[in-house]
Amino acid sequence: MMKFSNAIKFAAILSVVALAGCAEKPKAVPAAPPAPPAAAAPAQVKTSSIVPGSAEDLRVNVGDTIHFAFNSSALNSTAKATLQRQAAWLQKYPAVTVQVQGNCDPRGTREYNLALGARRASAAKEYLVSLGVSPARVDTISYGKERPICAESNASCYAKDRRDVTVVTSGGATS
Amino acid sequence: MRNWCLGVLAAFAMLVGTIMPAAAQLHVDVTQGNVQPLPIAIPDFVAATAGDETPAVNIAAVVRADLGRSGLFRPLSRKSFIQKITNINVPPQFSNWQVIKAQALVTGEAAMQPDGRLRVDFRLWDVYGGSQMLGLQYFTTPENWRRVAHMISDAIYKRITGEEGYFNTRIVFISESGPPTHRIKRLAVMDEDGANPVFLTNGSYLVLTPRFNPTAQMIAYMSYISGKPRVYLFDLETGHQQMLGNFPNMTFAPRFSPDGNKVIMSLEKHGNSEIYVMDLRTRAVTQLTDNPSINTSPCYSPDGKQITFESDRGGSQQIYVMNADGSNQHRISFFSGRAGTPVWSPRGDLIAFTKIEPGSFRIAVMHPDGSGERVITDGWQDEDPTWAPNGQVLMFTRSYPNGRADEIWSVDVTGRNEQRVNTPGPASDPAWSPLIQ
Repeated sequence: MMKFSNAIKFAAILSVVALAGCAEKPKAVPAAPPAPPAAAAPAQVKTSSIVPGSAEDLRVNVGDTIHFAFNSSALNSTAKATLQRQAAWLQKYPAVTVQVQGNCDPRGTREYNLALGARRASAAKEYLVSLGVSPARVDTISYGKERPICAESNASCYAKDRRDVTVVTSGGATS
Repeated sequence: MRNWCLGVLAAFAMLVGTIMPAAAQLHVDVTQGNVQPLPIAIPDFVAATAGDETPAVNIAAVVRADLGRSGLFRPLSRKSFIQKITNINVPPQFSNWQVIKAQALVTGEAAMQPDGRLRVDFRLWDVYGGSQMLGLQYFTTPENWRRVAHMISDAIYKRITGEEGYFNTRIVFISESGPPTHRIKRLAVMDEDGANPVFLTNGSYLVLTPRFNPTAQMIAYMSYISGKPRVYLFDLETGHQQMLGNFPNMTFAPRFSPDGNKVIMSLEKHGNSEIYVMDLRTRAVTQLTDNPSINTSPCYSPDGKQITFESDRGGSQQIYVMNADGSNQHRISFFSGRAGTPVWSPRGDLIAFTKIEPGSFRIAVMHPDGSGERVITDGWQDEDPTWAPNGQVLMFTRSYPNGRADEIWSVDVTGRNEQRVNTPGPASDPAWSPLIQ
């Protein structure tokens, strides 16, 4: 797999070189006004450029984040589906260990949210274990409300903050 | 930083002989808030010799700021003063101070001693009674002049209100920097008025919820320094920090017992948080709650016999009280919203807490049986109260919408005198020390 992916990269580099080779030599032309910044094109990441079994593979192809309702650690159907994919992926890459990081939105007191974040991380771990993942491979940590990813104070931002993130801690493939 | 209290040990107070018999009519009732703060004149202290001007002027300025901040006193403008005090050992011309409507007058003198110490004298006068209410003398190392100023403020506060002061105290807190999604948090201590801030950690790891022990020499706090969130102890004398115990999972929400021999905290296991107490001498650990719910934010009553804490065992986050051995756990708050972070007043009469309702986090107080609840702040998100040692003033964290930096505020227990606390930049999680001895 590694070789295959490297081959693709190599081919991509070759084609860039070839394109450059076809380009005309630069001529002096009046400077055009700077182009407006390109509308953020969706980042086209070729699946094949992600090393299977890597942290990026988990993040991009499996899904590393699940979300929660306010003041809740219950797993909804979307969260369960994501965790099922994570469990299958962990079965496929048995050397990988992960940490589930529980997070809360800022609308809770600091210590309560540390406890709530622990509850959320534990809920995900228990579900992964119920799907056959060894508990020894899944660590948990709570960040309470200390790691928001969204600074605005509105419902959609709070919803983003209420999350578990599963991160690879060891055994992941590297590119 | 290490020996910040040692100089204070060198400072001592002695009563200066009264010039006139005291009549003691002046009194401020702290329970009434700042409805009518007492007008007080505090001229610059007298410099005993040339060269003593700096401490003489600075000490008076700190006393003015302390008493003004309390909301119970209104220091008068020095521009209005008619009499210039040049000798504190003769009674002032009371009529000159009555004209500017000063009810109390503070005179003082700073004098460097041949042995290198600073001597500070002050006298508190009842302007309308025409009598001295208090006269004290302090010796200290010159760099400790601020502490002497706070001791003078405490003495004046106590003489006029009948309550212990709280100016000669320190605050341990979390200093914040960086954008809202990448906050850097550092453990820090400072004087109650924001002077002498010292940073104890470098910001490379997350630290939260520091609290002083009863001698203000030790701090219990939560740290992610090892990658795992655990309770640590920081010794201010040595700068040494150590993980408290060796628990397999998260430990958090630490507080010392009133005798300083124990730390009470939450321990998480399988996502469930229970309250434990650790004896610091034997390291023995005792579990106090056992309940499939969140149990955290424990705080002892001042006599050490009871513990208030928060739990969502009844369906929502509410305040509970139990005996120190874990028996008689009972709920004392029944709000339709939520309630958390209970802290028992050093006087024992009130529990302050964070009252959570849709759209608001406010600081409130109630009696330990849950009666007499009063909301005393009105910010967007006020939380995590801490009591001044006299039980009359609280500090708390005030957060704002949309990632604006956190601030520390203070409020008196009546809710009338709300003030932003001077901190070196954004700050949160304040904890008040006892009076420094």
